[in-house]
Amino acid sequence: MLVAVVLGGFLFFLGAMFTDDPLFRFQAMIFVAAAVLAGFALTAGVSGGLFRDSPARYMDGVVRAGVIATMFWAAVGMLVGVVIAAQLSWPTLFYFPEAGWLNFGRLRPLHTSGVIFAFGGNALICTSFYVVQRTCRARLFGGLLPWFVFWGYQLFIVLAATGYVTGITQSREYAEPEWLVDLWLTVVWVAYLLVFLGTIWKRKEPHIYVANWFYLAFIVTVALLHVVNNLALPVGLLNHRSYSLFSGVQDALTQWWYGHNAVGFFLTAGFLGMMYYFVPKRVERPVYSYRLSIVHFWALIFIYIWAGPHHLHYTALPQWAQTLGMTFSIMLWMPSWGGMINGLMTLSGAWDKLRTDPVVRMMVVSIAFYGMSTFEGPVMSIRAVNALSHYTDWTIGHVHSGALGWVGFISFGAMYCLVPWLWNKERLYSNRLVEWHFWIATTGILLYICAMWVSGIMEGLMWREYTPEGFLAWSFIETVSAKHVENIIRTLGGLMFLSGVFIMIFNLWRTVKLPSVDRNDALAAPLPAAA
Amino acid sequence: MSEHQRETDAVSGVETTGHEWDGIRELDNPLPRWWLWVFWACVLFSIGYWVAMPAWPGISGYTQGLLGKSDRQEVAQALADLKTQRGINGAKLRDATLQQIESDPALQAYALSVGQSAFGDNCATCHGPGGAGAKGYPNLRDDVWLWGGNLEDIATTLRHGIRSGDPAARVSQMPAFGRDGMLDARQVSDVTEYVVALSGRPADRAAVGRATQLYADQCSSCHGPAGKGDQAVGAPDLTDAEWLYGSDRAAISGQIHNGRGGVMPAWGQRFDPETIKAIAVYIHANSGQ
Repeated sequence: MLVAVVLGGFLFFLGAMFTDDPLFRFQAMIFVAAAVLAGFALTAGVSGGLFRDSPARYMDGVVRAGVIATMFWAAVGMLVGVVIAAQLSWPTLFYFPEAGWLNFGRLRPLHTSGVIFAFGGNALICTSFYVVQRTCRARLFGGLLPWFVFWGYQLFIVLAATGYVTGITQSREYAEPEWLVDLWLTVVWVAYLLVFLGTIWKRKEPHIYVANWFYLAFIVTVALLHVVNNLALPVGLLNHRSYSLFSGVQDALTQWWYGHNAVGFFLTAGFLGMMYYFVPKRVERPVYSYRLSIVHFWALIFIYIWAGPHHLHYTALPQWAQTLGMTFSIMLWMPSWGGMINGLMTLSGAWDKLRTDPVVRMMVVSIAFYGMSTFEGPVMSIRAVNALSHYTDWTIGHVHSGALGWVGFISFGAMYCLVPWLWNKERLYSNRLVEWHFWIATTGILLYICAMWVSGIMEGLMWREYTPEGFLAWSFIETVSAKHVENIIRTLGGLMFLSGVFIMIFNLWRTVKLPSVDRNDALAAPLPAAA
Repeated sequence: MSEHQRETDAVSGVETTGHEWDGIRELDNPLPRWWLWVFWACVLFSIGYWVAMPAWPGISGYTQGLLGKSDRQEVAQALADLKTQRGINGAKLRDATLQQIESDPALQAYALSVGQSAFGDNCATCHGPGGAGAKGYPNLRDDVWLWGGNLEDIATTLRHGIRSGDPAARVSQMPAFGRDGMLDARQVSDVTEYVVALSGRPADRAAVGRATQLYADQCSSCHGPAGKGDQAVGAPDLTDAEWLYGSDRAAISGQIHNGRGGVMPAWGQRFDPETIKAIAVYIHANSGQ
């Protein structure tokens, strides 16, 4: 393994030496730096005996690292979100013509990728590593491979982020990184799949728990989406730039097949996996319906993959494809809601925990936001509705009710559960701080999405208004100025959500500092102590 | 301990499936009826929609749908309707002179509508949505004009632009007195005081005295001996309160040093004559002229 690291580092070093593309050299040097660090870590680890972890215990070091990375990237990604919201609110105040990397066009993918892939991705990887071990009663497969997945994924994030601000992009939404970084992510992702499958393979439970179906669907489908959407021909082996194999409307459709299923399998299926473990575990009640979990899982998988064309209504995409995109989105409504029903009804018999446990309340509100945005999605996919909503702030609000409400809150809930479990603490440092986090963040989300509903519908109506003489009533810039107040409210909402994250980081940090208690969490033990 | 007996959950009275993972069990509840019915209703709706609208692709072509709807035809129809709607007035606009348009209330109202729409999408980017201008971009709502503010002047500026490269463009260039070494720093500062004094503000008398000859030699040929400007060469009036690049001393000396001049595209290369006329009428109606 050390040989591979040294060889890889050397190859990238040669690449950096011989390229005449400064951006390629920049990325190659990041690879070299990563290889040097990995080389040192491996040498020190082997000679220090760090890797001789007891195989009789769950592999939790990598999960702990994942929790830290999740919270770190949450703060970074959401901070950039607040910055770009402020840029939209006060474009003259937050405009930096001398520093190109601070411009909205470069910070926007930094925010979206930072939140979806860095925060969301780390949350998914670390919870999946935790959940698959517990529900399979097996240590993670692959020796050091999980650590490779973790650090390889962080390297991907750093490469993507530094690429965005220096101007590397292939202009595919949510798939902006260029070919070199795409290849690296493919390697990491295959390793992730191997770890996950290997752990399931050696499980000591007869059945595979539903959370693992969702995690597996997420891993497999994201691999497929990532590879197909990023098929491209590099300009040269020592050049950062590449050109997509697709063009025209096929290119648009491939991109939105990817884009929509990134929502479906990254932000929905993956986080449903998280919900299916942490909700019943935390409320200590059985999952509401096994049959529902099977039916809605397969319905979701089969129907989601068709829904992408609804991102291209009233474009050059043939109308029949738009029809299919719309109808499959409508049929997706109930399969999505199956997860909501199973999540909420799992609380039956334990509804009092909504009052007593703010972490449970956070997860339940997250399921409520999941239900709301998976209803709003099919509504917005209807062509007549989409004619109004498309390209407006309504879409931004829809995404954020899903991202802040569902993805954010279910991840926060899982992290609040995980930290005491992983660091052997009796409880969180402060439930009152969780309460504060919950109320500040929930108010922030509501401000955000209500502002976006108002401004989205307003600008949609302004765009389509004609004068009696048959001319557009509003110029584009007037529709932008009209959203000023809503933009400010959105910035405020985002700032509140970000403040909640900082409260949470403080709380988790103090939790780690609490005195430890003994939790028998070895593999051989019949069951880990209930939380 | 992997296989469990099916047992009955005490709270709900429902049987579990007998599976257990890390303490998590599952109830054997059936699918909620309403959930199933709504799902099938969505499926039925979709099938109905497929029958009615263009839907499934085949080897060649696709199912057209019973309603015979087609986005492409509808767009073509809507554009044709719009053309008819605009046609009569559009022809009137083409044939009338600018003055005739202004003196015919109905035609003027139509021209204002066309002009507002075109202005908003093309001119507002620099001149602002209402034409109030910004630093370096003239305010079009007052009665101060660099190149003239009557209907013909405005239409000419629109058609050919300013420093646009169009053969008939309005062109002039203020020298970069400081940058090109025509005046030294002290002289630039003196002339700045002179310009401040021209606009009726208190200024350093000694500097104004030193700059009097400089102004007469270097500036007066365009801006006029009294600083009143000259619309033939786009030279601004220096005695009024309107300033393209700012009125304070730093802005004025910066302009004397660098001699900046803006560029406006030649819109005649992009718009039909009717639209140019309409924008001219719109700008003229909103200005102080």
